[in-house]
Amino acid sequence: MTKDKRIKEYVNVTVKFTKEGIMHPLSIEWIDGKIYPVDKVIDIRNAASLKAGGCGIRYLCKIMGAQTYIFFEQDKWFVERKIPCVEDI
Amino acid sequence: MEPIILHADLNSFYASVECLYDPSIRDKPVAVCGSPELRHGIVLAKNELAKKAGIKTGEVIWEAKIKAPNLLVVPPKYDRYLRIGNMAREIYGRYSQQVEPFGMDEAWIDISYPNRTLEEGYKIAWEIKEKIKFELGITASIGVSFNKIFAKLGSDMKKPDAVTLISRDNYKQKAWPLPVEELLYVGRATKRKLNRYNIHTIGELAQCDREFLQQKLGKWGPVLRAYALGQDFSRVENQGYQSVIKSIGNGTTPPEDLNTYEDVKITVLVLAESVARRLREQGLKGKTVQIYVRDCDLESFERQGQLLDYSNVSRDIAGKALEILKNNWLFQKPIRSFSLRVTNLVSQERHIQLSLFEEDNKKYKLVDLEKSIDQVRSRYGAYAVQRACLLETKHLGDISSDLEASMREVSFNVGEKR
Repeated sequence: MTKDKRIKEYVNVTVKFTKEGIMHPLSIEWIDGKIYPVDKVIDIRNAASLKAGGCGIRYLCKIMGAQTYIFFEQDKWFVERKIPCVEDI
Repeated sequence: MEPIILHADLNSFYASVECLYDPSIRDKPVAVCGSPELRHGIVLAKNELAKKAGIKTGEVIWEAKIKAPNLLVVPPKYDRYLRIGNMAREIYGRYSQQVEPFGMDEAWIDISYPNRTLEEGYKIAWEIKEKIKFELGITASIGVSFNKIFAKLGSDMKKPDAVTLISRDNYKQKAWPLPVEELLYVGRATKRKLNRYNIHTIGELAQCDREFLQQKLGKWGPVLRAYALGQDFSRVENQGYQSVIKSIGNGTTPPEDLNTYEDVKITVLVLAESVARRLREQGLKGKTVQIYVRDCDLESFERQGQLLDYSNVSRDIAGKALEILKNNWLFQKPIRSFSLRVTNLVSQERHIQLSLFEEDNKKYKLVDLEKSIDQVRSRYGAYAVQRACLLETKHLGDISSDLEASMREVSFNVGEKR
């Protein structure tokens, strides 16, 4: 089994603030500048990211058909970026 | 209603937070240490692996590195710890209004509720522990008991990531065999005294004669005995509650030893300003000035003296401290660290004794002067107004930083609460 290795990657996020004061991420700008729309926010809760290292509000989102976590930590957004392992190559 | 009190302790807090933020160091021994350049180079916290290597908190970095040559030394990041500590407090707040923080990483939580049993309390403690692990990514150990002292004892019994229950039925088996110094408020000196009378365990302390303890330890004797018997009725104070301050002090270990009276004088002035400012912030003034001096061979002494009247003016405090120092220190050796503390505190609104002579009363103008300085500083920064003699003193270290001062305030001497 390949080990799932991740690193913390801060990203630009476009966010909608609702009237109730809740944040909804609308899209994520990846490091190469490409913009990925968030199709759906499935779950919002406080959680730690043990893989990338950090803790804050965790948004479970559907992006391009896949589920992924985006974290809002203090005042920045980050994702758990996958880094290729030797086994993957 | 049976009290149900939890004591939550975030395990090796500083080191755990560091490991959370850097996954690559999690499987290595890690120690959070002060800066060696500023001569604060001691271990502040260590993770489990470092603990296994025998590294102790308070050790000098080189000592620790002998025990574990692959030790990773990381500098402390207080803002991060403060944030995580507050997040943990927020989790406790979901379960109870009554949360009493004890430093940054510990807290008592009162979850008493009609008809709730200790066993249910145990389940809640488990839930809190799991929440902390999930949301903050660090582990906690929680003690569950019917009073604060045993709850604290319980949280120390099993670490990390554990819950320990000390009930009225099992405290004799669980708490009594433990060494007496495990009990809160039994420090090194008390332990030594108790051991001298062949009291080595908490159980032995509990079964000791009350009068005897009173005689040997003073008023603390019977209190400690009551603690050992589980008779601690102190309340878990509310979140907003400010504990009664018994003393305010600041200390420093400057980057270089203090060799001359002039050096010490400058240090004392800086400390006195900080202490006086904090006294004014709390609306207090004090009468007793205590100094603590540690020389370059780590030998230390403490002396105190009385001011003529209660004061929170830095000049009075500094003057007294220097007077005490002059009477007790001959500069035979350089000074490594110096602390200044003001005790015997009263409210600053208290009446003052005016003098018959107009000249003497001019000193009250100094109070207004210092208050104005406070205002200027709060508007334009700590360096907006300074004493001229402090202008060339960067080598003595910046000790006015607010954040660091708030770290020190954690260890306020709150004393006995009942």
